[in-house]
Amino acid sequence: MAKDGSADFFTTKLDTMVNWARKNSLFPLPFGTSCCGIELMSTLAAGYDMARFGAEVVRFSPRQSDLLICAGIVNLKMAPVLRNIYDHMADPKWVISMGACASSGGIFNVYSVTQGIDTVIPVDVYVPGCPPGPEGLINALLRLEEMISRGDTHSLKRERQIREVSHGR
Amino acid sequence: MDVNTPVPTIYGYFLEKFGALWDQQTEELKADFGEKIEAILKPGTDKTDLPIIFVSKNGFHNLLTVLKEKHGYSFLTDYTASDEETAPRFHLIVHLMNPENKARIRVKVKLNENETIATLIPIWPGANWAEREIFDMFGIQFEGHPDLRRILMDIRWEGHPLRKDYPLRGYQVFITPEPLDPELLK
Amino acid sequence: MSDSENKKFINDVPLDIARFGLPGQYNISVKQDSDDIFEDSKVFVNIGPTHPAMHGAFRCMAKLNGEIIEKSYCEFGYTHRGKEKLGENRTYHQYVVYTDRLNYCSSLINNVTYAMAVERMMGIEVPERAIWIRMMCAEIARVIDHLICVGINAVDLGAFSYFLYGYHQREKAYTLIEKLCGARLTTSYTRIGGLMADAPDGWEKEVKEWVKETEAVIEEMDQLLTENRIWLKRTKDVAIFNKEQCLKYSFTGPNARAAGIDIDLRRDQPCMFYDKIDFDIPVAQVGDVFDRYFVRMEEMKQSLKMITQCADRIKKGPVWADDKRTRIPDKDVVYNTMEGLIHHFKFFMTGFKVPPGEAYTSFEAANGELGFYIISKGDSSAHRMRIRSPSFWHYQGLDPMIQGEFIADLVAALGSINVIAGELDR
Repeated sequence: MAKDGSADFFTTKLDTMVNWARKNSLFPLPFGTSCCGIELMSTLAAGYDMARFGAEVVRFSPRQSDLLICAGIVNLKMAPVLRNIYDHMADPKWVISMGACASSGGIFNVYSVTQGIDTVIPVDVYVPGCPPGPEGLINALLRLEEMISRGDTHSLKRERQIREVSHGR
Repeated sequence: MDVNTPVPTIYGYFLEKFGALWDQQTEELKADFGEKIEAILKPGTDKTDLPIIFVSKNGFHNLLTVLKEKHGYSFLTDYTASDEETAPRFHLIVHLMNPENKARIRVKVKLNENETIATLIPIWPGANWAEREIFDMFGIQFEGHPDLRRILMDIRWEGHPLRKDYPLRGYQVFITPEPLDPELLK
Repeated sequence: MSDSENKKFINDVPLDIARFGLPGQYNISVKQDSDDIFEDSKVFVNIGPTHPAMHGAFRCMAKLNGEIIEKSYCEFGYTHRGKEKLGENRTYHQYVVYTDRLNYCSSLINNVTYAMAVERMMGIEVPERAIWIRMMCAEIARVIDHLICVGINAVDLGAFSYFLYGYHQREKAYTLIEKLCGARLTTSYTRIGGLMADAPDGWEKEVKEWVKETEAVIEEMDQLLTENRIWLKRTKDVAIFNKEQCLKYSFTGPNARAAGIDIDLRRDQPCMFYDKIDFDIPVAQVGDVFDRYFVRMEEMKQSLKMITQCADRIKKGPVWADDKRTRIPDKDVVYNTMEGLIHHFKFFMTGFKVPPGEAYTSFEAANGELGFYIISKGDSSAHRMRIRSPSFWHYQGLDPMIQGEFIADLVAALGSINVIAGELDR
C-alpha cells in the first residue's frame, strides 16, 4: 500500500477476473452453411469489423476456438456433424445461433431440416432475422460478453455444477 | 379468364422461331420411330411451351441418340421426374437444347412403380448425378448406373421425399454422421 | 397426406438429439494399408463438410499419391432444405421467398426468373418500368455475385486484401438494394406480375454513381491481380475443363464460356428488354481457372455498361401489372371496402390459381442457366416445381476436373466454378 493510503491493487473474485479475460478474447469458429454465412463474412470484413469487439481471430479448427457461430441451416444430415464439432471444442465454450434457420428452422419446416439447433447443442444467444444484418450479430456478441461476465452461459453453469459436485456441496 | 384456359401462347419467340423446325423434326421422328412414339404435344395447340415427345420405354435411348446426333440436340439441360399419382406413376422428363440454334425440346417417358430403366450415362456422362437425384427423390432405379446411391439425403434415409405420399414433415433423425464408403476410391 | 400422418412422424422424432450426442467417430479417415503407405504413399483424405476452403457445406474425398489427386468423389446435401417439395405445398405467391435462398449471393436474379416463369404460365404482361428495374436488379446482382466469386477465389489462393476491395463495393450495392426492398441479402423483391415497390426517387442516379465507382474499383482489382506472377502461376493451366467436357457435363454460364462455348441466354433467348441494349459476351478458349476468373471480370464490366444503359432509358410508370388475379389489393381498398377485404383474405389464404400446363423458363443467372420447370394442374400451388440450378451440374464436373491435379489446386478449382450451397442442394 502506498503512503497516502491508495491501493495499487484491488480485490475481486477470481471468477470475475477470469471471465473478464474470457469475454475479451473470444475465438470464433464460423460454422457458415448458407445465406447467413455471407452476412457473417460481411461482419468480419472491413465495413463492420467484428475485431473491434474482442473477437478478432477466426479459427477454423474447433480445438482452437471457443465461440461457435452457427450461421445458416443445419439439416438432419448436418446435425451430427455439428454435434461432433461442438464436442471437440474445449470448455468453456459458447454458441451463437445466427438466423432464423439455425434458431428455429425458419421458413423451412420440411422433412430434411432440424427445427432449431438447440435440439442438438445448447445455445446461448439467438439472433433473429433471415439473415440478420451485421448489426444484429454484433449486438449478439455484446450480449454474449455480458452473459459471460455474469457467468450466465450454459458452459459456465455446467462448470459451476461440476465444481459443486466435486467439492461435495 | 377461367382457370381452365390453356397456357397462353405468349411463347411467341419460341413458336415464331422454331415452330416450323419443330414440325419438321417431329414428322421425321414419327416416320423413324412409328409406334414407339406414344404421343406428341405441341405448343400452340396443347398446354405446353415446348414440344413434348412421349416415347415408350424401349425407344427412349434410341430417340435420345437420334435427337442428339441427327437433330443436334446435344446439350442435356435438365433431367428430372414427376410423380403423377395415376396409373403409370412416374414421368421421366428430359430437357434438351441445341447449342447451335438454341432450340429446346422435351422428352418424356412413363414408368410404373418398381419399373427400371437403363441409364443415360453412355450418352451424357453428366446424367450421372441427375439420375442419382431422381433415385433419391423418387426411387426410380436405373440399370447399369455405376454408383446409384442417395445424393441429397443421408444414405440411411428411408422413403423418397418427392413422392406425393411422403409427408412434408417426415423427419428422420440420425445421431452419427453419414458414413463414407472407402470402396468408392478403389 | 393427412394431418394425423404428419403428427405421427413428428412424434417419432426424439426432440433431444443431444441426449444421444456422444462424441462420434472423427471423420478424417486416413487409411493405412500396412506397408502400402510406404510403397506408393497413397493417402485417403477427407475435406469437409465444414472446411473453410469448401465455401459452405460440401465434402470431398480424395485418394492422393504424394500430392496428386488420383481419384476423388464429392458429397453434398448438407444444406438440403426441400425447396422442390415446398414448391408443391406453398402457393405461387408464398414461394417467392424460397427463391431468394437458392443462390443467395445474387438472389435478385432468382426472384426475377421465378416471377418470369409464373407470368409466362399466366400470360401476364409486365409494365415497362418494372422490366427496366428488373434488368437493373439482375445486372447488379450479377456484378456482386462475380465480385464475391473472384474475391473468395483469391482469398483461397492467398490474396486477402483483394477480397476486401470487392467486398467494400458489395456493401455499397447492398445499400442500393436496401433502398429498393429493405433487405440486404434475401430480397424477395419481385412479385408475380411486377415488383413489391417502386424504386425511390433518384435511385437511378445513385446506381449510376455506384457504377462509376465500381468501374474504377474493378480496374484497380484488375491491375492488382490479373497480371500478378503468383496468381498466374496458381491459375494458368490449372484444372482445365475443355469444350467437349463442358458439353458432356452440361456446363453453362461463365464456366462454359471460359472453355469457348458461346452461349448466353440473355442474347440467344432474349427476354425482358435484353435485345434493346447492346453488350458483348466475353468468351475465353482454354477453360482453366484463370479463364474462368477472367471471363467473370470481363462480364462485370459488361454488366456495368448494361446498368448504365438501363438507367438512362427508365421512365416513370406503374410497376405492377393491373391484373386482379395476381395483384395484392391496395391497403386503402382493403381497409375501406368489403370487396377489398375479401379479395385480400382470399389472396393470402388460398392464393391465385395458375392455368394447367407446363413450362420451362430459363434465364442467365450469375452462375449459368437457372431454370424453373413448373407443371401446373390448375391449382394454387404447383404440381411439380423443378429448379434447374447451374451449380448442381458444375459441382458434378469437379471430379473429372481435378483428376491428376495437386490437392492444393482443388481449392482453386472449387472456388473458380463458384458452387453455391443453397443452389446446389435446393
